Parts: sequence; C-alpha cells; structure tokens
Amino acid sequence: MKFIIAIIKPFKLDEVREALGAIGVAGMTVSEVKGFGRQKGQTEIYRGAEYSTNMLPKVKLEIAVSDEIAGQVVETIQQTANTEAIGDGKIFVLDLASATRIRTGEAGETAL
Amino acid sequence: MKTPLLKGAALLGASALIAQPALAAAPDAEAVSAGTAYIFNTLLFLIGGFLVMWMAAGFAMLEAGLVRAKNTSTQCIKNIGLYSIAGLMFWVIGYSIAYPGFAEGSLGLFGVAGFPYAMQGVGSADTDTGYSVASDWFFQMVFCATTASIVSGTVAERVKIVPFFIFVTVLTGIIYPVVVSWEWGGGYLDSVHGFSDFAGSTLVHSTGGWAALVGAIIIGARAGRYGADGKVNVFPGANIPLATLGTFILWLGWFGFNGASQLAMGTVGDASDVSKIFVNTNMAAAGGVVVAIILTQVMYKKADVTMALNGALAGLVSITAEPLAPTVGQSILIGGIGGVIVVFTVPLLDKFKIDDVVGAIPVHLVAGIWGTLIVAWTGDATFMGQLVGVLLTAVWVSAASAVVWLALKFTIGLRPSEEDEMMGLDKAEIGVEAYPEFAR
Repeated sequence: MKFIIAIIKPFKLDEVREALGAIGVAGMTVSEVKGFGRQKGQTEIYRGAEYSTNMLPKVKLEIAVSDEIAGQVVETIQQTANTEAIGDGKIFVLDLASATRIRTGEAGETAL
Repeated sequence: MKTPLLKGAALLGASALIAQPALAAAPDAEAVSAGTAYIFNTLLFLIGGFLVMWMAAGFAMLEAGLVRAKNTSTQCIKNIGLYSIAGLMFWVIGYSIAYPGFAEGSLGLFGVAGFPYAMQGVGSADTDTGYSVASDWFFQMVFCATTASIVSGTVAERVKIVPFFIFVTVLTGIIYPVVVSWEWGGGYLDSVHGFSDFAGSTLVHSTGGWAALVGAIIIGARAGRYGADGKVNVFPGANIPLATLGTFILWLGWFGFNGASQLAMGTVGDASDVSKIFVNTNMAAAGGVVVAIILTQVMYKKADVTMALNGALAGLVSITAEPLAPTVGQSILIGGIGGVIVVFTVPLLDKFKIDDVVGAIPVHLVAGIWGTLIVAWTGDATFMGQLVGVLLTAVWVSAASAVVWLALKFTIGLRPSEEDEMMGLDKAEIGVEAYPEFAR
C-alpha cells in the first residue's frame, strides 16, 4: 500500500477529485494549507507599500491506495493539477505499513 | 455652516422684505409662515443630525475592517466610547465654548457662554430663532463626535483605551469647540478674516487630522511596522467588507453633514440649495473613488480597494468646505484631486515613519486643507483668509494636542507593553476577541 500526499493549487481540487474518482480512488482527506517552495511566495502592494506573502494557500490531499494503482494515481494528479506555471505543487509517495477500517476492524487493502 | 443665529436673523430679514412689493422676488411669493419654517428648519437639523450620528457607525466599521483581527474589539469600544464622551463633553462645556456669543469688538478668540446648555421647556418653541434649540444642539454635538472619530483610526492598534478616552475628553470638551468658536461661533476667523468653511473641512476634519497626526508622532508606530532599513512592514486590514460598509455609511452620513449645514429649509431657496449640496457632495466622492482606482491600477498594476475607500472620503472632505457654490463639474474636480492626495500622501507618511492605520491623515487633514483653500476659487472667500484659518487651526490644535498626548505619555503612559501589543489589545485590554472562532 502507498500513502500519497499531494500539494496542489486550490482551484484544481474539484478537477483532481473527479479524475481520481474515475480511476477508482475511493476516498481522500483534504486540508487547506499554507506554504512556500522555490518561488518563496509573491509580492503584493497594500496602500502603496510592497509586501511579500511568504505563505501561499494550497490544498493538501492525502490518499491511501493499493500498490497497483499508486503509479496511476500519481500520474493522474500530475496531469490534472498541472497548469504549467510555477506553484503547481508537489506529490510525495510513502510506503504505508497498515490500514484499519474503524467500524469493522478490517485491515489491509480491504480497508482502503 | 455659519452661525445658526446669523442665519436665522437673515431668514427673518427675508420675510420682512415681503412687505415691500418692489422687492418681492419670485421665491418670496412662495414664503411659508414662521411656524412652518420653524418645523422645516428643525426637521433639517434632526435628519441631518441622525445621519451624522450614523457616521460614528461608519467610522467604527471602517476602522474595524482596517485593523488586524487581534485589535478589532478594542477599536469597536474606542468608537462607541468616543461617541458617547463627545456627547457628554459637548453638553457639559463644549457647546458653551463653541458658541460663546462673542461681545461686539472683541477679538473673538475664546469665550464661554453659560453652561450647561439650556433646552426649551416641554411644548415651548421660539419661532424668532427659526428652529428648535435642541435640534441645533444635537446637530452641533454629532459634528463634535465626528472630530474625535478621526483620531481613533490613525492611532489604532497601539494606544491603550484609558489614555485614548482622556484625550478624547479634552479634544471634544475644549480643543474642538475653541476652533468652532472662531468661525461658526462668529469669532476671530469669521469676523476678521472672512474665513469660509461651510460644513467643516478645517473645523472638523483638519482639527481631527492635526490631533491624529500629533498623536501618531508622539505615540509612535505600531511595533514592527518599520524595519531598520526603512522597509515598511505591511499589516493588511482584517475585513475589507466591513471597511467598505463603513465607507458607504460615512458617504450616506455626509448628506446630513453637508446638506443640513445649510441650517435652514424653511424657504424654497433653501430647499433647492440643500438639494444642490446633496448632488455636489455625491459627485465629489465619486470623483475621489474613480481617481484613486485609476491611479492605483496604473501605478501598481492592481487597484487598491482601501485606497478607493479612502478616495471616497477624501472627495467628501474636499467638498465639505464649500458644497453649495461649485458647479457639478467643479465638485467632481475638487473631489478627484482629493483622490490624488490620498494615493500620494499615504505612502509619503510611511516615508516619514508616521503610522496612520486607516489613512485618516491624508483623508481628513490633507484633503481638508485642500478643500478649505480651494474655496477661494469656488466660494466667497480670499486665499489669504482661508490660509490664515488653516494655519491658526494647525497651530492651536497641534500645540494643544501635543500637550495632552505628552502629559498622558509621561503620567499613565500611552502604549501597552510590547508583549501585549503583539498578543493584541483585544486580549490585553478588553478580554473579548472579535473573532474567537477564527483564532483557535
């Protein structure tokens, strides 16, 4: 099992969710987050004074999937969330040791 | 707004002329009885008065929107507190200083009429005066409150409420009423220099502006506002919709501020004048907004909403010294230059490290001076007369304000500890956060 963490632009969330649903992803956790990457935020002007917004708003997806579709999920997110502009985000993949469905106690891939 | 008494006398003079057929111009044929004029004049004061009272809500919302979330409750209590203190002080002594009834031949710099101000008995009226004295007092009182509102925005986020309220007490009880006595009270500026300030670009707005400027200098900037290398650290306002609502409320209130400063609506001529003032007032504000949007769009590539809001207010302040005489085109121009003033003065203050949270100094002081001087072009005044009024107000209000701010600084202190300031005055001073759900 793999645990996929994707940081994407907020306005891409619905599109990514639909695309992932279409390839069989059954669920995900979504959080609104802030952060910065190589771009280091951006500069704005408020009342004539420049200031940098160090942290930009992003959406973080957390998805647990079976090993078989993990590669396809990463590819789908990469293609769907892509605007070919800086700040599109990153995708991280971790090995997942276990998963348990709380209601039934099922463990492993059946819990996904 | 010339003195109500003078205006009332002029009104009676006009009705006396009706007896002479040769002078019976067309409007005089429409003249109403003294009782009807009394009712309409009083109604104008009352409607104008509650519109100006509502400007206190406008200032409160504008300031609540432009401070950071952690100082919002504090800004709200300062606004409702200052409005109330202004009313109390204007009753105790303020009105008596503002309208002292200067003796014939006196220089007209300072006087005190009997106080507290006496109201008419229940059911009684004095048609010779032309209006209810209580309606006049109410209308004058809300102007006093407006002056204090201007100060709270500039010095927001870093002055404790107790010294702030003490300053407001002196400002509304003495400093502002003295300025009013020189002009609307028939004193020095009115009788010697022919100074003209219809609804208070100088008397109200510059007075508040000077008090705010001196306060901002003596109190100092918000912690962390200016970096060592001259860098300005921006603290964006917490709630732009509130600031926008506040500006619209102020704009609405201004129809009372300027319109009712005609002080009379008991003749068809006065009714026309009040209407013309409404139009000019509106168009000056519109000019200020559009100029501010265009300038920020061109200079910064993005239109700045807070500058647009300030532009509206600068347009309004600019036209306040003479909202009746200008043509509509002149009003738009005068207000539009108010918008230019805002866009260039806001960053200029930061260069001098003068921290004005809401832009009250550009809006009320600088645009107030502009509006006062331009009366020499549109109204019945000389440039020198206007300049003397601006300078005298500057000297008196700055000196008196400095004395009070410094006295407070070296006695009870003006600022919270740096730790409290970083935590926010809402927790340190009030104990109630404005948006507790969001802070978790």
